Amino acid sequence: MKPAPVPSGERPFAEAKPPPLAPQAHRKGEIRIADVVKIYGSGTSGVRAVDNCTFDVPAGKITVVVGPSGCGKTTLLNAIAGFHSITSGTIHLDGALLCGPGRLKADPGPDRIVVFQNGALFPWKTIIENVAFGPMMQGRLNKKEAFEKARGMLAEAGLRDLESNYPGEISSGMRRRVEIARALMNDPKVLLLDEPYRALDSLTKSVMHEALLETFDRNQVTIFFITHDLEEAIFLGHRVVIMTTRPCRPKKILTVDIPHPRDYSVLTAKRFREYLDETIAAVHEEALKAFAAGERER
Amino acid sequence: MNCEAAGSRFAGVLGSLLAGLPTGAARVAGSAEGEDGVKDLESTLAAAQINAGEAATAGFAEGADRASRVEIAAYRLKQWLTSPRPYLMLLGFGLFFAFWYLTVEVWKLPRFSQMPGPTTIISEWLSPDPTYGLSIYSPEYYQHIWVSWRRVSVAFLLATATGVPLGLFLGWSQPFKEYVFPVFELLRPIPPLAWVPLAIIMFQGSETPIVFLTFLASFYATTLNTMLGVESIDVSFVRAAYCLGAKRRQVFWHVIVPGAMPFIFTGLQISVGVAWFSLVAGEMVSGQYGLGYLINTSYTMVQYPTMVIGMITLGIVGYATSAAVRMFGNYLMQWRTRELAMGGDK
Repeated sequence: MKPAPVPSGERPFAEAKPPPLAPQAHRKGEIRIADVVKIYGSGTSGVRAVDNCTFDVPAGKITVVVGPSGCGKTTLLNAIAGFHSITSGTIHLDGALLCGPGRLKADPGPDRIVVFQNGALFPWKTIIENVAFGPMMQGRLNKKEAFEKARGMLAEAGLRDLESNYPGEISSGMRRRVEIARALMNDPKVLLLDEPYRALDSLTKSVMHEALLETFDRNQVTIFFITHDLEEAIFLGHRVVIMTTRPCRPKKILTVDIPHPRDYSVLTAKRFREYLDETIAAVHEEALKAFAAGERER
Repeated sequence: MNCEAAGSRFAGVLGSLLAGLPTGAARVAGSAEGEDGVKDLESTLAAAQINAGEAATAGFAEGADRASRVEIAAYRLKQWLTSPRPYLMLLGFGLFFAFWYLTVEVWKLPRFSQMPGPTTIISEWLSPDPTYGLSIYSPEYYQHIWVSWRRVSVAFLLATATGVPLGLFLGWSQPFKEYVFPVFELLRPIPPLAWVPLAIIMFQGSETPIVFLTFLASFYATTLNTMLGVESIDVSFVRAAYCLGAKRRQVFWHVIVPGAMPFIFTGLQISVGVAWFSLVAGEMVSGQYGLGYLINTSYTMVQYPTMVIGMITLGIVGYATSAAVRMFGNYLMQWRTRELAMGGDK
């Protein structure tokens, strides 16, 4: 790397490169989850999905939450996103209360954008209309400005030629990337990804991981990522939160000390295997409990 | 496919004579049968669009777009002619007419002794000087078609203008549904024939009762399908829209309405079909003109060939309106047409 400024136009996203990282305190998107409880139903028949869950999602880092299927990870994500209420506890975003006593359900908003498990690009809108959707709905940009910015976003993600296609015409891997571009259009504080690559084959998945890391390196947006794929968790995460089986609470929090930017050579590194062994040991115990409790694959 | 549709139209006309309107089950069956054919056709069409679309994506110039439309049409025609479908269709028609001809004119089976044969019908239909006074040369014939078509159009447009918004609100607002839906479900099974006396008492003249009867069945089909369309929308789309900062009203226009569109158009196709069913029921009761009136009067006046001409005409006109609605839907839902062409079913 040479210290001189990079000539513009050399790479499509050279201009969009953010300034050097701001100090930790200035970065946005820190989530503090404290004593969160979520009970579905009421009385004795209620199902306790989340129990006394406390952990932090540091700003500008990737936090991956892993746990057995159906353990309540998505419940937590829905509470942060504002799709569901919590029963008690508090969730703060950058010091402001998202939900807590007196206001058990947060309002969904463009500061926390969800990328859904099965993808939620609007099939009736073209790729560019999808990407431009957020700022236009919020009234921040008019159609021309929004389309211009969306074109920039798509170019950055290497999706320039797709803008007038419909989501049904492109591959599912491409759709996920478009969806992330659509989220980043809104300068969110945090991206909430709910097993976004679950339905993809492993080859596509590896391409998606590198694309996500590249996006992260460019934007330094806080990422809250849910998965049950352990390799994925360690490969992507700065921090891996291993959840217990239902009711869900952190069992172990792992700091993955492998420097970013990462690429696939990491997978064969000795340290990576050690982290993986540690995670497998913790998760396996929970998976056995979940199996014994008759938790079915959702 | 065409033959089948025409056949089902015959069955429909007879059915509405005997038992009033088909119930929900028959409607569902009708729509499923339609869907298969539609999907098939759509795939061919959209495959062509994609071929041509590749050139168009670069510029989207007006001229290029128009040229590609001609190309698409030519491509579609070629595809259609090289596939076995048109020949199977012709074979189907051939078998139908052969069956009719053999049973009525050659074997003279007792069951069909009163029925006019195909040669009688066709010579009557095409005759400049018809025995019973009605053929493609008589202005009266077009008067009947025009009057029926006008009634169906008015009723169909009214049913669409009221049924689509009602269905959207039923699907969108739970409290609204709780007020309205039980009443709706109570009224829906009442067949249009049962409404005839009330329609005559309520409305003056002969025109409005017929339009009202035609409207009823269409309205139910449109409303119900629109409501199901809204309920079929994946909750992720709604959540994603809220996430991206959309307000409730914006979610309605950008997610609910387009998301329900495929179901709405299925509903409209069914709606235009049942409009013809109930139109005939209405026209047999009152009215001066119209195909239902024509069929009924030629029956009472023992002009059987004219009666059958009326029935066949109903089949043709009904099929044409249904096809028009389908084409309009495909035009509005490019995204879906293209998606189906990719073999996607999401």
